[in-house]
Amino acid sequence: MSFIRKPSVNHSQAPTNRVGLRRRDYEGGMSTLCAGCGHDSITAAFVQAFWELNVEPHRVAKMSGIGCSSKTPAYFLSQAHGINTVHGRMPSIATGAGAANRDMYFVGVSGDGDSLSIGLGQFAHAIRRNLDMLYVIENNGVYGLTKGQFSASADIGSKSKRGEANQQRPIDPVALGINLGATFVARSFSGDKAQLVPLIKAGLSHRGFSLIDVMSPCVTFNDHEDSTKSYAYTRQFYHPAIHTDFIPAYDPIEADGGGGEAIRVDLHDGTHLMLKAVSDDYDPTDRGGAFRYVTEHRSRGQVVTGLLYLNEEKEDMHAQNRTSQRPLRDLGYDKLNPGSEALGKILSRYR
Amino acid sequence: MPDINDFVLKVATVNGTGSASANTLLMKSIFRMGIPVVGKNFFPSNIQGLPTWYEIRVSREGYLCRSGRVDVMVAMNAETYAQDLAEVSPGGYLIYDATWPRSRELNRDDVTVIGIPFAQMCNEAFDTARVRILMKNIAYVGALAALLEIDLEVIRTLLAETFASKPKLVDGNMQAVRMGYDYAKEAFTCPLPLRLEPMDRTDGHVMIDGNTAAGLGCVYAGATVGAWYPITPSTSLMDAYKSFSAQLRVNPDTGEHNYCIVQAEDELAAAGMVLGANWMGARAFTPTSGPGISLMSEWIGFGYFTEIPAVLFDVQRVGPSTGMPTRTQQCDLSLCAYASHGDTKHPCLYPADPKECFELTPIAFDLAERLQTPVFVLTDLDIGMNDWMVPAFAWDDGYEPDRGKVLRAADFEKGATLHRYEDVDGDGIPWRSLPGDHAAGAFFTRGSGHDAKARYTEDADEYEALMERLAKKWETAKDLVPGPVFDEAPNREFAIVAIGSSDGAVREALDRLSGDGIGLNYMRLRAFPFNAEVDAFLARHERIFVVEQNRDAQLRTLLVNETSCPKEKLIPVRHYNGMPIDSDGLVAAVRDALVEVAAA
Repeated sequence: MSFIRKPSVNHSQAPTNRVGLRRRDYEGGMSTLCAGCGHDSITAAFVQAFWELNVEPHRVAKMSGIGCSSKTPAYFLSQAHGINTVHGRMPSIATGAGAANRDMYFVGVSGDGDSLSIGLGQFAHAIRRNLDMLYVIENNGVYGLTKGQFSASADIGSKSKRGEANQQRPIDPVALGINLGATFVARSFSGDKAQLVPLIKAGLSHRGFSLIDVMSPCVTFNDHEDSTKSYAYTRQFYHPAIHTDFIPAYDPIEADGGGGEAIRVDLHDGTHLMLKAVSDDYDPTDRGGAFRYVTEHRSRGQVVTGLLYLNEEKEDMHAQNRTSQRPLRDLGYDKLNPGSEALGKILSRYR
Repeated sequence: MPDINDFVLKVATVNGTGSASANTLLMKSIFRMGIPVVGKNFFPSNIQGLPTWYEIRVSREGYLCRSGRVDVMVAMNAETYAQDLAEVSPGGYLIYDATWPRSRELNRDDVTVIGIPFAQMCNEAFDTARVRILMKNIAYVGALAALLEIDLEVIRTLLAETFASKPKLVDGNMQAVRMGYDYAKEAFTCPLPLRLEPMDRTDGHVMIDGNTAAGLGCVYAGATVGAWYPITPSTSLMDAYKSFSAQLRVNPDTGEHNYCIVQAEDELAAAGMVLGANWMGARAFTPTSGPGISLMSEWIGFGYFTEIPAVLFDVQRVGPSTGMPTRTQQCDLSLCAYASHGDTKHPCLYPADPKECFELTPIAFDLAERLQTPVFVLTDLDIGMNDWMVPAFAWDDGYEPDRGKVLRAADFEKGATLHRYEDVDGDGIPWRSLPGDHAAGAFFTRGSGHDAKARYTEDADEYEALMERLAKKWETAKDLVPGPVFDEAPNREFAIVAIGSSDGAVREALDRLSGDGIGLNYMRLRAFPFNAEVDAFLARHERIFVVEQNRDAQLRTLLVNETSCPKEKLIPVRHYNGMPIDSDGLVAAVRDALVEVAAA
């Protein structure tokens, strides 16, 4: 009753990726979210991205907090370990898990309530540590499970289903992320899979904290006419600033024929990004410019999307700590135990 | 009565003047002379300027608690002079800085007053203000060396060890020592009747604090991830782990660290990090104090319900709320035993001294992984931050960490199946797997209702089955945690039960009461939950005095809750003013309790 297993369908004709898996192998349990929920489209984008990245599912750790968005890790990669933690505190689980095993893909799924209200502190500090993880906020401006209260990302004047207008300034995770020094900051829309899938792949390949804020309308509580987080509003004011092509390590790098200057960025894992400004000569490596562009367009009601800021230079938590390349959790006890002789020497200092 | 090698020396100074170094020098000198000694630091929650005291008990019998007396007071702080003089036991001595006149109104006929112009001597001998202040403290060490017969060569050796890289400082310090020494020799009859005489009772011992020992224990336990938020009095535990890891856990060829320490943004995050690292299969821990445990409570319930190991050190300080951060208590016993909402309970270990801090730490990690649950190590400020004289602890090179029931990639390759929350072995402890290992081991960990296969559920029967299995695991835990330590003779009706840092005072009180013909048995608990031995001990005594350092008799509450002992048999004996429990006070309290029992 509370857990819905997906019907098993024979997909033997479906194509396999480079690790011999079918797209179906990247799926999870059946979603229990409302029909038409933006989050389900993001789940589909995760499935697509992981399949295309040729990642073995068990090399991924899926983590979330509490809320509708936080349920979604159960809906993809059923062959990966997942952990549905406590409200707003997923970043600390990610920090500890990442500290223990640097040799995995870490993906955190959160919502605007989970990240921008109860979890704002942990969100900020995961960014400061430049934790190597992909952090996706499924942003709908509203608390769904408790039936429609405004979240901290709700825009001023946006109306609830009952007609009340929000009066408090919103927290924009993208502007905040750039401000706090996040090394990969993107925004996308659950309705634009063509943009979202390469961003997810790029975010997973980036070494450091990758933030993707995904507009993901709540069909039940925040998709009405006076909402600024509805499908209709998002589509109308959607403003792609930059186009991202993700190029796997094994592919030759070819210039896109679409015209305009493309910036090539080489990621630490051997993959590449081709970034091309869609409007206004946008430069995603200029932190100040990115912040200005995002906030100025925001004040005009526009939702700027794309890979808005990228810094491949900054050291991640492990580089700063000089942590062993071999994951700490895989170090044998013989590597960790100083032995009785060393203890004797230490204690001689306490005589 | 005070005697040779049996007295209490107390030094009153001002925080931030370097008196800590002088006091350590003093105590270590006595230790090096082979005489049992213990030092207690009473310091303010302040960086500079407030009064601070250091109490050194010299005990030829080897009693390591506070006695409740002060036989020699070194009153270096004019602000607290009246209070310090009042505290001296009759027949005692008061040493003060005679640079300035002292108020005659505060005289006491039963105290011998010794005035030495420390400030004047140091102002004449040293150049800068800072050095003058520091050396004033070293000078009183010199004066005490003359008055109590401390070996000057021992002092010089200790200074040479401390300033191995700055030999010039040894001479400067020795000059100050000599000034105090020579002045006292010249002006007073030295030594005092309460003097020191070399012994051989400290061989094989060390002077170490519990936080250092516990930090070292974490290194030996194989912990690789430490997450913490600084809080007095636990901070030096992580400092110790960091410093020992830097010495012992850095790959000499690559410079790589075989450990990772994360200073968290708060205690909530620290607890989450510890659970995240343990979920991933590393041994991880956090040191904190009561306020931190309050903040971590949500995570502790998560760890209990999802069955993730964790080791949490609670170096207890005085509560409630911010309380008195630099004073000691055993006030988080109930909090840790039942932390978090819903039906939760957690194994707790209660080390009694720094040696046990070291020894119980690997056991805490073993228990956490064997039981797949958060485990607390409860010490307190007295154990954690004071230097204790304890037998040098040893390490068994045959130790192998107990990683508990974990299926790894190789097991799945051989066809193992994970039944994450099923009681496969009948002991209530299920098998787990680690992220990153194998697709066959993948499961979804959640703090929400889950069935035996780790799937989300709101089903009444499935929920109840899970909770019953967790209760069964708790029964298993009773026989896995360290049992009590008994000191028992036949045919005694009365007994004392205590934990942790109360042990020293209890042992001395037992000796003293026994000297007066009152024989009491003793059980020192080392862990919660309580095993059958605890119940049996309580059952075979008429009355049990539960000695503990909190107002509400929390240990007694746990015994009432978790054993079959009728609560009328458990008599609370409480000490909770924030100072470490003392033997004089305890003997008096037990005598009073005995009178009340007899009258009832």
